[in-house]
Amino acid sequence: MRHIIIVGFLVILMAGLTYFGLDSAGLMPAQASTQAVAIDWLWNLQVIAMSFLFALIVVPLFYSLIVFRRKKGDLSDAEHVEGNTSLEIGWTIMPLFTVLAFAYLGAYNLREIRRVDPEAMVIKVRAQQFSWNFEYPDYGGFISNELHLPVGRQVLLKMESRDVIHSFWVPEFRVKQDIVPGRVTELRITPSQIGNYKVRCAELCGAAHYAMERVVVVSEAADFSAWVQEQQIAFAAAQTPEGKGELLAAANGCVGCHSINGAALVGPTWLGLFGSQVNLANGTSVVADESFLTESILDPAAKIVAGFEAASPMPAYSFSQEEVGNLIAYIKTLK
Amino acid sequence: MKQFLSTPLMRGLLWLSAGLLAGIVLVAGIRLAMGLPATGKYLVTEHAWVFGGFVGTMAFLVGHGVMGDWFKWWRGQEMPDHREDPPGWVKYFGPSLDHKVIGIQYTVTGILLLVIGGTFALIFRTELSFEGAQFLKPDQYNTLMSLHGMVMIVSILLGIAGLMNYLIPLLIGAHDMAFPRLNAFSFWIAVPAAVWLILSMPLGGVETGWTGYPPLSVNPNKIGQQMFFLGVFVAGWSSVLGSLNLIATVVRMRAKGMTAFRMPIFVWAAIATSLIALTATQLIGLSFQMVMFQRLFGMGFFDPNKGGNPVLFQHLFWFYSHPAVYVFILPGLGVVSELLPVFVRKPLFGYKWIAMSSLGIALVGFLVWAHHMFTSGMNEYLRVPFMYSTLLVAVPTGVKFFSWVATIWKGKIDLPTPMLFVLGAIVVFLMGGLTGPPNATVSTDLHLHDTYWIVGHFHDTLFGGFVFPFFAALYYWFPKATGRRMNETLGKIHFWLMTPSFLVLSFGMMRIGLLGMRRRIFDYDPELGFQNTHIVLTIAAFLIALSVLIFIINLVNSIRKGDPATGNVWNSRSPEWQAPSPMPAHNYETPFEVVGEPYDYGLPGSKYVQFAKK
Repeated sequence: MRHIIIVGFLVILMAGLTYFGLDSAGLMPAQASTQAVAIDWLWNLQVIAMSFLFALIVVPLFYSLIVFRRKKGDLSDAEHVEGNTSLEIGWTIMPLFTVLAFAYLGAYNLREIRRVDPEAMVIKVRAQQFSWNFEYPDYGGFISNELHLPVGRQVLLKMESRDVIHSFWVPEFRVKQDIVPGRVTELRITPSQIGNYKVRCAELCGAAHYAMERVVVVSEAADFSAWVQEQQIAFAAAQTPEGKGELLAAANGCVGCHSINGAALVGPTWLGLFGSQVNLANGTSVVADESFLTESILDPAAKIVAGFEAASPMPAYSFSQEEVGNLIAYIKTLK
Repeated sequence: MKQFLSTPLMRGLLWLSAGLLAGIVLVAGIRLAMGLPATGKYLVTEHAWVFGGFVGTMAFLVGHGVMGDWFKWWRGQEMPDHREDPPGWVKYFGPSLDHKVIGIQYTVTGILLLVIGGTFALIFRTELSFEGAQFLKPDQYNTLMSLHGMVMIVSILLGIAGLMNYLIPLLIGAHDMAFPRLNAFSFWIAVPAAVWLILSMPLGGVETGWTGYPPLSVNPNKIGQQMFFLGVFVAGWSSVLGSLNLIATVVRMRAKGMTAFRMPIFVWAAIATSLIALTATQLIGLSFQMVMFQRLFGMGFFDPNKGGNPVLFQHLFWFYSHPAVYVFILPGLGVVSELLPVFVRKPLFGYKWIAMSSLGIALVGFLVWAHHMFTSGMNEYLRVPFMYSTLLVAVPTGVKFFSWVATIWKGKIDLPTPMLFVLGAIVVFLMGGLTGPPNATVSTDLHLHDTYWIVGHFHDTLFGGFVFPFFAALYYWFPKATGRRMNETLGKIHFWLMTPSFLVLSFGMMRIGLLGMRRRIFDYDPELGFQNTHIVLTIAAFLIALSVLIFIINLVNSIRKGDPATGNVWNSRSPEWQAPSPMPAHNYETPFEVVGEPYDYGLPGSKYVQFAKK
């Protein structure tokens, strides 16, 4: 009995210390959405339960190792105790109720973070190997490479992928949702803290998966409106062939693989591409003129550029003739 | 050397190469004759490689001779039930029918793959130490990371099969497994599987992680992906047939008087594991086969453009791959329950409860697979029932922990190396167990899913559930297999080096995972400030590798030079320790009868088994 009292005391002490240690270590990143507040509330309860269970097993274990260790020269067996049915029933029933309670809390918490605001702002998210872009249909449909959100207003992300599975995750917002080709998946977020964050693709999507990140800016409503206006003006100004081409390249993720600064990414760079001599994998070479670029956009496998044989293949795009013309007009400007 | 080159293993590998070549030539020839392109990025097209792989697998089995007796039966020849093995080491490279030889074949191959998979981890771990690209390319990183996962999984499957094959007939008093030839076949089919897994590296590698999710896994430039699927498909046969054999053995061949609740507890764990492996493995084989067919024949099972559904794959895949983690850990937990009473000299507390908890975990384990898919875009209503079912696994797992602690409580505890690893297993598995429920809870999992937290969590469960108990079992039963002891000092160095290093590794992983480190990434954003932690993780990983190296040196040395130990080294009640070591070829000289409870330590005059008089 003496042992049990000592151990009971130590378990409570250990559980308290463990929880205090974990809590003050700052386990989670900044809490930047109302969903994060709800999730962290549940997480904190889980940390308390973890700390207690940790102490409940580890303390009697180490206590036994120290106190009941075999004395030198003692060769006898220990006392013959086979089990105790009421204890076994106890430690089956108690955890059963605990996990049921936690499952109930989990379901309740899930309802909390999925709460729908009918006024939510819709943003269309497009994910592709290995970039993101964001369309704002409520504001004339401009497209941005950065995700800007006003603080305190729920956004409904309608997300599509054009190639493989990606996953939208901003650690500070906590919630995560995969983006599956062939359908639209949705995610609701209510940013609650102004700041700069990043969306990071959380589902392995190929060679440059690690780099599939984009800036997320949460700002005051006024700052957000100013940014929207800027974007709308730029969008209207870009109604030239080059400008449309640039937007198209951003919207389809072209520049995720084809750099515009000369760097070799997954595909050849576009800088200085037009009119240049291109060496192909089959040993021949061609001049990068309109017809070559058109063919490469619509049927990427027709001619592979030397040095890019091993790369992830570019999907075939179905652009209209006008769109291809716009893209080429944009490529022409990159000298 | 010359003797080694003429072993059945080498002959089988020769046949495998010839079969691979023949299959490739056949398909390439047919394609040429049909006017289709026959050459590809890797000499020939994917079809030729895959077909070559199938032919090579068959050729290995025929050339090696493991199916020889079946062919002879087929031709009407009489074969004896048992075949004597050649003396010396040669028998380990041939189709022996002795379950102890097969157990050692499994175990050694498992350790070999453990070393290969661990080396992959060290390479990409080093790459991750510093921000920015170091010496790997992203697709090389992805290949190493994916193969680390799958090679380790095959290594674990072989490791547990090794333990079960060696121990189960001894523990239940059988002279061998129920189907010795099927037993040999189950082991040898795993060898070509390992070959295909490794061959995926030069054929473009694998970029999907071990999960192989389409559409990423249908990238036509990576033939390696196909060899990876083929390897897993073939390895699955080993698992299915091995568990079938084990269940038949336990059901039919127990010693007289060994009722269900008088079986050693490890047998219960082995039964629970085998029930899962026998009934779930088909699903990973099926899901990988469907991706293979999508790649080869354009069947759009998972292609939305053809009416397929990528999420369907995840359901099929996890229907095996979640229960599979219980396949990996249940035998290890069985080892913990088996060894604890020996070293605390007390009965196993609540034997029936522990036995039933293994079955409980196995059964509930079938109903929880979709907790891997909370963010996948599957029907949202499914998430809550899967949260309930997953959290229920905590109940039987808790029963095990509480019963272990109660077993240790007031025992007279000895701490030789096997017991240290048992205690290490309990502590490390506890970490894995405690970090599990937040992943099972939908809302917290939305943050935790696909992060380094998950990586830390499952390394805890697999080290606690497999690696530590595996080492405990090797140190404990090594004298049984060899008649010699492993060096105790080196064993303790192994333990005291590996345990703290591993805890640092897994805590560090979980720490940065919570803060935003994704899993399966080649490089990380410098803004996150994770570099220092990654340096520590790499050092910890190398210390673990060093400790395993010490273990291997100890193992190899002790086979020849270890202290002789022919008797009941651990003063155990278990039947295998009442026989001489190393165990004679056909096990017990006379059959035994079970006359008492298995773990009645401290009950004077009690006996577990009684051997018949000669």
